[in-house]
Amino acid sequence: MNLAVTIPYWGQSLLRVLGGTVAVLLPAGTIVYLFLFKMMSFMQSRLGPMEAGPYGSMQLFAEVGKWLQKEDITPARADKRVFRAAPLVVLVSTFLLVAVVPFGPDAYFTQFDAGLFYMLAVSSISTLGILMAGWSSANKYSLLGGLRAAGQLIAYELPMVLSVLGVVIQAGSMNLQTIVIKQNSDSIFGWNGLGYPYIATQFVGFLVFMVSVQAELTQTPFDMPIAESELVSGYMTEYSGFRFLIFFIAEFATAGVFALIASVLFLGGWGIPFSWFGWHSVDSIDNWMNVAGPLVMVTKMMVLAGIIMWVRFSYPRFREDQLQRFAWKVLIPVSLINIMLTAIFKVAF
Amino acid sequence: MSDFLRDYLNVVWFAAIALVLASLLLGISAIIRPNKPSAEKNIAYESGVNPVGDGWSQSQVRYYIFALLFVVFDVEAVFIFPWATRLETYGTFGLVEMGIFVFVLLLGLVYAWRKGVLRWV
Repeated sequence: MNLAVTIPYWGQSLLRVLGGTVAVLLPAGTIVYLFLFKMMSFMQSRLGPMEAGPYGSMQLFAEVGKWLQKEDITPARADKRVFRAAPLVVLVSTFLLVAVVPFGPDAYFTQFDAGLFYMLAVSSISTLGILMAGWSSANKYSLLGGLRAAGQLIAYELPMVLSVLGVVIQAGSMNLQTIVIKQNSDSIFGWNGLGYPYIATQFVGFLVFMVSVQAELTQTPFDMPIAESELVSGYMTEYSGFRFLIFFIAEFATAGVFALIASVLFLGGWGIPFSWFGWHSVDSIDNWMNVAGPLVMVTKMMVLAGIIMWVRFSYPRFREDQLQRFAWKVLIPVSLINIMLTAIFKVAF
Repeated sequence: MSDFLRDYLNVVWFAAIALVLASLLLGISAIIRPNKPSAEKNIAYESGVNPVGDGWSQSQVRYYIFALLFVVFDVEAVFIFPWATRLETYGTFGLVEMGIFVFVLLLGLVYAWRKGVLRWV
């Protein structure tokens, strides 16, 4: 990138972390207001929040203000240090995830060749935080919720890891930036209007990925860990005040980040459909893509996050045995077969 | 420091900002929130009934078995990634090799399946 002024490393880092904070909090806020407050209300024939600001649009600020004033209770029997640290671990996992998402040719926070691998690695840190929360609360509901969460998250981690392998085979790289550029500069049978988004050939992989994301986020068909009718609130039962809100923010921020990652892997990332001007490397791409790229990413994220939430509001909960059976007996064999078929096509053509 | 290492160092800053942001908000909260602990408030919440026995109760061993299965499969998946990036260079040879590898992996799954490990009783 050729900037008119060179920014020292500390300045760059500061800008990066500020950008990262926006990239975590903005999707979280939008998803909570637009989908959780409004879309869910309309689907249930009610209006949702209407008092704070026009159409309740200031509701989020009111909520944060409310949670800031709530007492922070630590149960007497709890393992206090672990109990207090658990929400922070979950939030750190979200911030680490957003670090590798590319938003434009130069608009990225950090990138390395093992980007996809890194993403899968840090996404499982949140499992650790949830298990910490469930165990340290010294509450039977929390313990059950934490164990269920751990069992579910590791069971759906595998289909997720295996489903993105098809993309890695097609792109020949684990660098997320390279994957985006490859998708946009390739062509389908010589027609390059749309580029070559991998959803065209990896549709099975995309489906498996989205189902695993739903489970990793413990959104409703897979919300056994926080099943409110049997476990009060699962691993979050003992949390109150702002620590509870950190869990809540992390959950929806991670939904946004996973939607971003899915759009990078399968939908062509920051490339605008039908307008890729024959660019072939990062350096040849016009600078205005750095502004347009993030907007395109937000649009694609909203579509995918909308689908995640739509499924959440529409389906009843899985039972624990159905949930494990679905992961091990359906998703894992399907994604293994998907890998082999992709590899055969890659070598044959 | 090389650019390569700097790209990894950026990750550390992202973890740091998460902690700083959370601590800042918790700090603000600590100033304005009430703090009136009482013996009854600090009892574990079990739907309003006084808890019976210890919070750390025994639970199903099944989670442990699934965790073991997970470790096996996850380690195997790690081996597939480097192969996937270099498939174009390996060609048919790489394809056959990975075919055997994935076949063995599937055999492991079928074994666990037949042994009834995947059944949640």
